[in-house]
Amino acid sequence: MSKSHSLKNQDEVAKGGLLDRRKFLASGASFLSVLAASSMSSSVIAATSEERFKLYPKHMKTAGIPSELYGKPSRYEKHVGRLPEHVYSSGIITAAFTPVEQLNGIITPAGLHFVVHHSGIPDIEPSDHEFKIHGLVDKPLKWSIEQLLNYPMVSRIHFFECAGNSGPNIIADSPMDMTAGHIHGQISGSLWSGVPLKYLLDEAGIKPNGKWAMCEGADAGNHVRNVPLEKLYDDAIIALYQNGERIRPDQGYPMRLLVPGYEGNMSVKWLHRMEISDIPSQSKDEQSLYADITADGQVKQFSFNMEVKSVITKPSGKQQLPDTGIYEISGLAWSGRGKVKAVEVSADGGKTWSKANLEGPIMDKALTRFTIPWRWNGQKAILVSRAIDEFGNTQPTRDEWISRYARYSHGHNNSINSWQVSSDGRVSNFYV
Amino acid sequence: MYKLTNYIAATGLLLMFSLAVVAKDNINTQSGETLSQAEIDQWSITIYPDGRNLPGGKGTAVEGEKLYQANCLMCHGPSGERGVAPRLTGELGYQEYNPHPLLALTVGAWPYQTTIFDYIRRAMPHQSPKTLSDSEVYALTAYILNLNGLIKKDEMLDREKLKKVEMPFKNKSYIAWDVDEKGKINGKEPKQ
Repeated sequence: MSKSHSLKNQDEVAKGGLLDRRKFLASGASFLSVLAASSMSSSVIAATSEERFKLYPKHMKTAGIPSELYGKPSRYEKHVGRLPEHVYSSGIITAAFTPVEQLNGIITPAGLHFVVHHSGIPDIEPSDHEFKIHGLVDKPLKWSIEQLLNYPMVSRIHFFECAGNSGPNIIADSPMDMTAGHIHGQISGSLWSGVPLKYLLDEAGIKPNGKWAMCEGADAGNHVRNVPLEKLYDDAIIALYQNGERIRPDQGYPMRLLVPGYEGNMSVKWLHRMEISDIPSQSKDEQSLYADITADGQVKQFSFNMEVKSVITKPSGKQQLPDTGIYEISGLAWSGRGKVKAVEVSADGGKTWSKANLEGPIMDKALTRFTIPWRWNGQKAILVSRAIDEFGNTQPTRDEWISRYARYSHGHNNSINSWQVSSDGRVSNFYV
Repeated sequence: MYKLTNYIAATGLLLMFSLAVVAKDNINTQSGETLSQAEIDQWSITIYPDGRNLPGGKGTAVEGEKLYQANCLMCHGPSGERGVAPRLTGELGYQEYNPHPLLALTVGAWPYQTTIFDYIRRAMPHQSPKTLSDSEVYALTAYILNLNGLIKKDEMLDREKLKKVEMPFKNKSYIAWDVDEKGKINGKEPKQ
């Protein structure tokens, strides 16, 4: 099977077959899919309705069923699910990653949003939950969920990324042969709706020496992170809805903190208490698990930002290209500091680069989808992406990243990621 | 009859008015109810690094060892080092027993000793948190500090004593938010 198209080698925008998107779309050529082709039989000219309809599939000749009260994905999509991880080979920390290579767009369905829990998921009745602010405030206050649901709300699209995302690519000396989801699946994006925290902080009245908020969850371990008030006033919200529905138990039902762009663990789920203080309380997770150990042995604490990063999700680890021809390279980019400004893609391991197309809308601290057409000629190729944010920050190489930290420290890995395509079309994890 | 231009002018005015309100962001909410001092006391379990909020009670590592063997050893291992849960002692970066990268970390490298008390009291044992008395938490804290060679096995640990223990990594830690970000959002202007 060969694919003919009108694009010539001189249409390349970088070596290794990267193509100009507008010229490609205008050429009338079509993309190949990394998945298997449809098995529908080719049509036969039919003379009568009887002959014609004999060839129609069953679903066009059977009455459909009524809708469910709360819909579920197609039963033909059962292979799509979160990827459970057994941290410490125990049930102590439970985690499940987003299968990023199975999804498209910039919104992760709530049920596929990655999760990491240190003390499991609590079962909280909304009437049994209240939110309290005390400490360095004029008026210590509490709110019921009912009261908060009546507050003015905002809706914002933001990503969440765990500080430990892409850790395997730092820890393992040679690249582990895993899917994009298994390596980079602690990244998800959603529309979050809720109450801006500044309303509640102003209502309580912050005293002049208040600098930090000790934010505590109502789970079995009463998870704590300390967040600077500066950030809470800037863009934090009490999230009550995710993608339009009330947030699910594994996202913090009935309410969670949302601290955009910061490591996921700071957006405390099941949030029930904020104590305003002059100093951070130094919680368990702030001691070492979410601190970075630097190359000279310092414990770098409170390094909140998830820095600019990108990952190609298609084609990606353990996928198979069925044939030579033209593919759409597609991936996700994000920056915890603001908007993605550009993504560059290389098909020759980083020797030549071309700007990828950014799909809009491009939003602050949100996932941004990038694409670029690519002609695979059946030779070994190394696909690489690097993102640049609106502040001019870009991704370091893996070697540069590793030189900054102790060899076992792997939090906040935003180094450049790449995939190798072998001559038989197999895609695997690779270090450039 | 209502003229189109009038209509546009009217809605334009309305739009400008509502934008002004949003821009000023003077939304005042007032539904929070007073939180009483008794309620604050009831919920305030967080201990601060200067010892603020540490409760009464006391214990030694000798007492802590017995509690450890009954409640903690199963996950943290016989000497706090070789279990499925994070290590309580040993060199930072040690990975020989279990190569899981998170187990390279150790409580011995925590910058603050008050956090040990805080975390045991709120979250341990994993399957039955909040079942230990404050004195039992002091005893277990003493045991972990003793495993790390920071206090003697028979040394009585209480609020005042715990405040004075200094972790070896305290002076090797720093707050990146204050140092690298200067306590501000972003700290850099967008490039054109």
